[in-house]
Amino acid sequence: MTQIRQIIGTGVTVIGNDIDTDRIIPARFLRCVTFDGLGKQAFADDRTQAQGKHPFDLPQYQNANILVVNNNFGCGSSREHAPQALARWGIKAIIGESFAEIFFGNCVAIGLPCVTCDRQTIEQLQEILVTNPQTTITFDLEALQVSLADSLTISVMMDEGSRQRLLTGTWDNCSQLTSSLDQIKATTTKLPYLQWQTS
Amino acid sequence: MSKGTLFDKVWDLHTVGTLPSGQTQLFIGLHLIHEVTSPQAFAMLRERNLKVLFPERTVATVDHIVPTENQARPFADVLAEEMIQALEQSTKDYGIRFYNVGSGSQGIVHVIAPEQGLTQPGMTVACGDSHTSTHGAFGAIAFGIGTSQVRDVLASQTLALSKLKVRKIEVNGKLPPGVYAKDVILHIIRKLGVKGGVGYAYEYAGSTFAAMSMEERMTVCNMSIEGGARCGYVNPDETTFAYLKGRDFAPKGADWDKAVEWWRSIVSDADAVYDDVVTFDAAEIEPTVTWGITPGQGMGVSETIPTTETLPESDRAIAQEAYKYMQLTPGKPILGTKVDVCFIGSCTNGRISDLREAAKVAQGQQVAAGVKAFVVPGSERVKQEAEAEGLDKIFVQSGFEWREPGCSMCLAMNPDKLQGDQISASSSNRNFKGRQGSSTGRTLLMSPAMVVAAAVKGEVYDVRKLSS
Repeated sequence: MTQIRQIIGTGVTVIGNDIDTDRIIPARFLRCVTFDGLGKQAFADDRTQAQGKHPFDLPQYQNANILVVNNNFGCGSSREHAPQALARWGIKAIIGESFAEIFFGNCVAIGLPCVTCDRQTIEQLQEILVTNPQTTITFDLEALQVSLADSLTISVMMDEGSRQRLLTGTWDNCSQLTSSLDQIKATTTKLPYLQWQTS
Repeated sequence: MSKGTLFDKVWDLHTVGTLPSGQTQLFIGLHLIHEVTSPQAFAMLRERNLKVLFPERTVATVDHIVPTENQARPFADVLAEEMIQALEQSTKDYGIRFYNVGSGSQGIVHVIAPEQGLTQPGMTVACGDSHTSTHGAFGAIAFGIGTSQVRDVLASQTLALSKLKVRKIEVNGKLPPGVYAKDVILHIIRKLGVKGGVGYAYEYAGSTFAAMSMEERMTVCNMSIEGGARCGYVNPDETTFAYLKGRDFAPKGADWDKAVEWWRSIVSDADAVYDDVVTFDAAEIEPTVTWGITPGQGMGVSETIPTTETLPESDRAIAQEAYKYMQLTPGKPILGTKVDVCFIGSCTNGRISDLREAAKVAQGQQVAAGVKAFVVPGSERVKQEAEAEGLDKIFVQSGFEWREPGCSMCLAMNPDKLQGDQISASSSNRNFKGRQGSSTGRTLLMSPAMVVAAAVKGEVYDVRKLSS
């Protein structure tokens, strides 16, 4: 798997606390058996309401790859379709004040880093992205730093385990989990309910 | 750090090992799957040429996309038909038990697993659905997962997870008349906030939960995730054991006694250590209704919609957004707000006891003119039981439609949707913008009894004042 260390690009911000996964990808777009087409539907209803003025529709953000959000982003449903939709729209990293737990885990599982910093810094970043959308952003997961071309360098946080998985390219847990079959079988012998008769 | 809680004991017992990332590899005792979050997981297995490690520990059903009116195959919605076919094929290919429409046991995944006795105390339960927290009602550690994790469980029967902190939420006292489990959890979320539970498992304790039936406990645990807590649980007790006894997958014969003995041993110790403890008084809880666009934007039915200055600063922007979206005025009562649609059902409130309570209120009443009201049983078994008790007739005579089981208008991945900016009184779990199928649709969450009261009056009404 790819090691995720540094992402250089431009940013886009979606402002608001408690933006839930139904808003990131409304449920009716979950009627699919692959994630392929989801990029176009990211924030579908919010975009309809904003009539072309949603940041995901504005021309100045069409090449953005770093998303800046506020508090409790990704709350609600466990649908991995939410990070999949953002990733397929073009997002490669997310900076926020905080993330909902399942959403955060789903992001890491697909190699999409989510880092946090304080509210004031987020608001500062958002202001820059609104006034100067073309600002080059360097997202450095190794140094836990986000730098905006000559104007600002900020420190960001991420739990160490998730960060290491991204840096070392082991964010997909599957091969690791399937490599410990003996220990898995040993664990089953400790679980009384697996031995009971149920019919 | 917590110590001696049910969460700690179950976590330790299911720990396979520690991964290089520091996460725990946790064995999953029961894996539930449905048509929405599993097809991509099966595709990943096929791509990687992986098998399902313990096919007998996974159980499948179809719920989100099934129509609740005409269930004839092929479904009218070709995308829905494609999804059900994908699940039929995958469960067949990998030898997974599947409760399909018409099997007699299909239904919402969080309704069917408990009703068949699949969910048991001390288990770890995972499902690609955030309302998996429901199963915590049995003293199981149950959480929602994403599709990549569904793949992980299929391939290894384990998950990579970081241990949660444990917050004990104690509610004591008798619930006043007209106040239900739904009101208790809406009250808790309102007080602790929608992100208050991030990083925590919620242990619901105290005399109020002890007095609740299993179905009421499921309603409470179901909405843990709306408070940010990935999992919530109640310690198992005599109520739990009595519910489980004799169910399809409950332990049988001599194993039943062994099971009860083990279940008693895993409850939180009297001197367990918690990371946090919060206490509420049941007598202070009113029938609760949401007025906004997050489940934490709730209020007692007799209160007025909060004004921004009464809210913490961090909640003000989303309150402003909510007033505008909901077309509601701060400082005004929620009572009297006209409703267009009334929905009873979902994994929160679509069980037989919910329907019994709703029917009790509906009996002898009539749905107001212009209101569309419908009842969606949580499973084929719930439907059958309700019909055997004549509940369907009460609903139909009162002007409610009686439907086939499914997730229905809780998330509107099926034909049941709000139109335009219609406003619904809903017994479901989320009032997010667009949640019920229209990008301007509005949702007021409340208990099933309150939904009936709203249907009868055509507006938000206090069920305690509805004359029979």
